[in-house]
Amino acid sequence: MVGGTLLLFTAVTVALSYVNFGTQKANVAVALLVATFKAGLVAAIFMHLSAEKRLIYRILIFTGFFVFGLFWLTYLAWYDPIHR
Amino acid sequence: MEIPYTVSARRDTGLWNAKVGIWLFLASEVMLFGGLFSAYIFLRLDAAAGDWPHGLLNVPVGTMNTAILIASSVTVVLAWAALKMRDLTKYRIYMAITILCGVTFLVVKLAYEWPQKFDHFGAFIKEGALEKYEPYLGNKHLLEEGLAPRKEITGHLHNKDALKDPNVKEYEIALDPVYADPTNRKMDRPHFWPKPATDKIATIEKSDVKYATMCLPKHSSYFASYFTITGLHGAHVLGGVLVFCYMMLPASTRIYRHNPEHLANRVEVAGLFWHFVDLVWIFVFPLFYLL
Repeated sequence: MVGGTLLLFTAVTVALSYVNFGTQKANVAVALLVATFKAGLVAAIFMHLSAEKRLIYRILIFTGFFVFGLFWLTYLAWYDPIHR
Repeated sequence: MEIPYTVSARRDTGLWNAKVGIWLFLASEVMLFGGLFSAYIFLRLDAAAGDWPHGLLNVPVGTMNTAILIASSVTVVLAWAALKMRDLTKYRIYMAITILCGVTFLVVKLAYEWPQKFDHFGAFIKEGALEKYEPYLGNKHLLEEGLAPRKEITGHLHNKDALKDPNVKEYEIALDPVYADPTNRKMDRPHFWPKPATDKIATIEKSDVKYATMCLPKHSSYFASYFTITGLHGAHVLGGVLVFCYMMLPASTRIYRHNPEHLANRVEVAGLFWHFVDLVWIFVFPLFYLL
């Protein structure tokens, strides 16, 4: 069931990449949105995160926080006066 | 010595130990891949228009590999479920399919996709010489369409000695379809089905070339990050396959005979890792193949 959905959405990702959503940025956003949805399915169902103990969630909240920080560094670099 | 909490839950965590362990490991893996992905995003967003290669990877093959990985994620769940139902034969079948999928993925990647790139040639043209190669690049057409210019000519290199021999003054390239027909609107965006190099040969003088190489990591930031991330991902697939192979060995059957739940938990934990590897690929595929 989930596997089928994932395969379907893989096809959707490929198909959508050949549709022009106006700008390159819009295309990237659409592709990442579909990928995130698929990743969510894998995590929730295959990795049964939808029903897991609290400790695991705590670990993942920390991970999420640090990954967010990591990507935020990239964002910061855009305002680096040496770089610009 | 008996390792505690392989099956029963610890009272303070409410979980058997390996479950906590694998999630801590996966958390560190998220940081590992997260660092590489953020590097990719940084390089990608900072690349000037036309400096980021497009359509150089084989999309149907990438799609097939995506499907293979997803299928293996399903079979590993089925293998675990079979163990929970105490059906060792079924478990072995599903595990074998999972291993087969993993190996197929690696073979396609290492024996087909990568070597194809190692034989794909690209020459970045100097700013001043772009005009000269306009018949191949079609930049006036792209400018009219409001698209990024082309600065590189790719195809199959005929005189490979040109790469090493300084006495050879030019590259002879069988052009990729885009450069054989650059003003065709159908060529503005990459195609799903890759087409082989045309029989139209272009001669490019070395003095007009800023940088020329096969599609190796040194070709561009794009291929550098492509090979780094797919390489690291491939190493993870290999690791998963090895662990699954171990779980088919008599040693694992002994564990099953001793306590089936113990093996089921091992498979569950290995499966969690495998799903993570699948999850990484779900992001790798669109980022590198499609965008």
